[in-house]
Order: sequence, then structure tokens, then C-alpha cells
Amino acid sequence: MGLKSYLSGLFKGFYSLLVGLRVTNSYFFHPSRIVTQQYPENRKTLKMFERFKGEVILVHNENNEHRCTGCGICEMNCPNGSIEIISKMETGEDGKKRKAIDKHIYHLSMCTFCGLCVKSCPSKALAFGNEFEHAVFDRAKLDKVLNKEGSVLMKGVE
Amino acid sequence: MQGVLYDFTGLIQSIDAVFRASMSDLWATVLEYAIIGIIYLVIYALIGLFLVYAERKVCAFIQVRLGPNRVGPKGFFQTIADFIKLLLKENIKIKNADGVLFNLAPFIVIVASFLTFGTVPFAKGLQGIDLNIGVFFIMAVSSMGVVGILLGGWSSNSKYSLIGAMRSGAQIVSYELSVGLSLVTMVILTGTMQLSQIIELQSDGWFIFKGHIPALISLIIMMIAGTAEINRGPFDLAEAESELTAGYHTEYSGIKFAFFYLSEYMNMFVVSALVATVFFGGWMPLHIGSWQAFNHIMDFIPPIIWFILKSFALMYVIMLFKWTFPRLRIDQLLKLEWQYLLPISLFNVLLMAFVVYMKWYF
Repeated sequence: MGLKSYLSGLFKGFYSLLVGLRVTNSYFFHPSRIVTQQYPENRKTLKMFERFKGEVILVHNENNEHRCTGCGICEMNCPNGSIEIISKMETGEDGKKRKAIDKHIYHLSMCTFCGLCVKSCPSKALAFGNEFEHAVFDRAKLDKVLNKEGSVLMKGVE
Repeated sequence: MQGVLYDFTGLIQSIDAVFRASMSDLWATVLEYAIIGIIYLVIYALIGLFLVYAERKVCAFIQVRLGPNRVGPKGFFQTIADFIKLLLKENIKIKNADGVLFNLAPFIVIVASFLTFGTVPFAKGLQGIDLNIGVFFIMAVSSMGVVGILLGGWSSNSKYSLIGAMRSGAQIVSYELSVGLSLVTMVILTGTMQLSQIIELQSDGWFIFKGHIPALISLIIMMIAGTAEINRGPFDLAEAESELTAGYHTEYSGIKFAFFYLSEYMNMFVVSALVATVFFGGWMPLHIGSWQAFNHIMDFIPPIIWFILKSFALMYVIMLFKWTFPRLRIDQLLKLEWQYLLPISLFNVLLMAFVVYMKWYF
């Protein structure tokens, strides 16, 4: 090891240590960057993030319409059987019979939030909601029917 | 500058006079020793507890967390709660452990750090004992702690403890050299090892400015080697939570564990106090040569505040080391000492001697 490489290694190492110290030091002197949420206290103002996976929801618009055609792909894709589709046959306005959703049952207690149902839905009917306070005293309350009462298929979704 | 906060000599002398007037000399001495001992024990524990809290807060802020914030305002009483918990815990007896050595080890560690704590000059006249070989005494006594660590590791009858203790032994013996040499460098400049005199000499400028380049090199080496000496920061191979669970104090519980823990933090305080004293003037306010007006303004801040500010700033730097750098491997640790720090500090001693010989200091 020559003297030159010894000294250059010494100073480069020292400089890189100083760079690291600068980063941690700036974190210490900027407490506003702290990401910890003080959850029970800030419950009213807490805003969850867009990508947060709280629960699976079936998106409804203001006319109580959803995009679920009852194809059952989400049910097939779910690795642990959290989704059950109960479909019915429905006569459309044109007189043709087609499959439609009767009940989209979602077992929250079994869901691992892997997101395969949301990804695989061909008509983009499913999404993740931000609700995360799921604790209940009765296990039966975790079996949810995702399609709302009286909701119908959105026009134009096949 | 007058007033009790600026000079404690008068206050302490008057207390001494009151004692000696009301009882015989022997009793007065015994009573004074007892009172000073109790005061120092209380201060030792309080500073230690505060440092544990400060460390947790600093660590949390660096890692973009909040840290303890439930017990008391901003979590200030968290460590007191922890301490009470540790006091109430069971002292577990380890099967096949060497009982005497096992119980002795934490006391050796805490006695070593307590003895160094006694020489720390907090303010003018506020110093446990002002030895004329203060720097040497701190060096000598602080290395006694390694005996306690080795004993603790050996007597625990646990492979983790033994490996931790052996690593710690290799580390402290190596880094002692650099700490010693960087202090020798400063002693060449000061010409005295008495801590109170070292501070008095800095009344017209701190040694870090007076000794310029060699003092700066010495400061950097002292901070690195001092961090290694107290088994902290990137040099915590002796504990290495991820490899050895807790190193030499794996098998300790309750108050004995608290002793190890407390002494670790107090060693950090002593190292910072020593660096503050030798390089940054201890309790001496910031004075610049002949700027009378500026020096006068600085004198208004009490010396004890100066001392606390300096030592806490240095402790913050040591904490920053711990939470920034990853732990060194044992070969990297020894390479850093024997290939970098030791040759540089030997060269630095020579440089300082030359600077002092040529009178190139201020």
C-alpha cells in the first residue's frame, strides 16, 4: 500500500463519514419531517394514503351504480377464499338474459390484502378503501356484502 | 465577575468553615466526604438517567420517529419509570456461574466510571478532586472498567458474554493507545496535567484554537478513539445486539444490569467532559485574545452553563456517531486503530512537539 493510496483512502473515508453525519444531523434538526402518526389523538385529522390497503370495496357512483358484472374472476383469483360471488340471471332491456351480481360477499376476516382481486378485475369494479378500524365484537360482522342495496350495473360495462 | 454561580470556591470554603467550627476536624472531614459522596451519587444517577432519555430522543429524531412521549411531558420521566422497573426486577442467579466474580463485575465497572466522574471540573471550584495528574488519572482509572467487563463475560458461563468480553478487551486495549497519545499531544501544549490549571490556561482562547492543526487532528482522534473506548457507537462490538444478544451483560438482570447500563452512559459523559475540558476550555467562557468587550459579554453566562453546553454538544456528536455509522467488523476495528489512528497520532505528537518548540502556537 503506497503512501498516496493510504492518504487518499483516509481522506475519502473521512469525507464519506461526514456526508453520513450531515444527513442524520439534518434529520435531527428538522423534527417536522417526523413521520410517526400519534394515532388515537389525531384520529379526527388522520388522512390515510392513497395506496393504503384498508379493505376491499366495490366502487359505487352517486346513482348507486357499480361496475361489477358478476364474472367471478376475483373469486377465482382469491388465494384464501375471502370472496364469494352469488350471481343471478337477469333479463336486460333488450330481452336477452345475462348473468348479474346478486351478492358480492367479502370475508374481511380471511383477507390478506394481497390485492389480486383488485388487480385481476376486468371491469375495474373493485378498489381498496382507507377504512382500517375493523375491530368488532362479533365475527359475523366481518362478512360483508359489498354491493349496496338496490344497486345496479353501470350502463356500458360488459 | 462575582456571585455564587460564577465562582463556587467561596461558597464551598464557607460551608467547610461552618463544619469545622461546629465539630472536631476529623468529624468535619468525615461528614464532608459523606455529603460529597451522596451528592455525587445523586448527580451521577440523575445525569445517567437524563442521558438515557436524551439518547432515546436523539435516536428517535434521527430515525424520523418521536421517541418516548407518554410518561410525563414529552416522555421526560420515561427513564425514571424504566429505572424503577429495573430496581424491582429479580436478580437471577445463573447456574454454574462464578458467583463472586459475577457479582463483583458490575461494581468494578461502575467504580471505574465513578472515579473518573469525580475529577470532572463542573465550574470554578466545583470539582470533586483536583489532582495534579488529573488527565493521567482519568486515563488510568477509566481503563479499569475493562477488567469488570472481562470478569462479567468470563463469570457468566455463557458463550455470548465471553465473546463480547474478549472483543471488548481487544478493542479497549487498542484504542487506549490513541486516546492516550492524543491527550499526550495536548499535554505537550498545556505543560500541565491538572485539570483546573488546564482550564485556567485557556482564559485567553481555547486550546483547539491555540493549538490549531495538531490540536484539531488530536481532537478528531480523541473523539473516534474515545467513542471506541466507551464501547459505543459504531464500535459496540462488545454488545453487538444482532450477533451476541447483549454481549458481556447478557446474563445480568435487575440492578446489576442497570449498573452496566448507567456506567456506559456516564463514561460517555466523562469522555465528553474531558474533551470539553482539554480542547474547549471546560467551564471557561469563549474568550478571544485581547477582545476585552467580547470577553466580558461572554463572562455573563455562568461557567456551569458553558460546561453543560459544551459537554452536551460533544455528547450529541457521540450519539450521532452511534446512529449514523454501521458497526465495524473486528478486523476493520483493529485496522482502523493500528493502521490509521496510531500512526497519525504518533506523527501528531511529533508535530505538536515541533510546534511548541518553535512557539508557533497562540
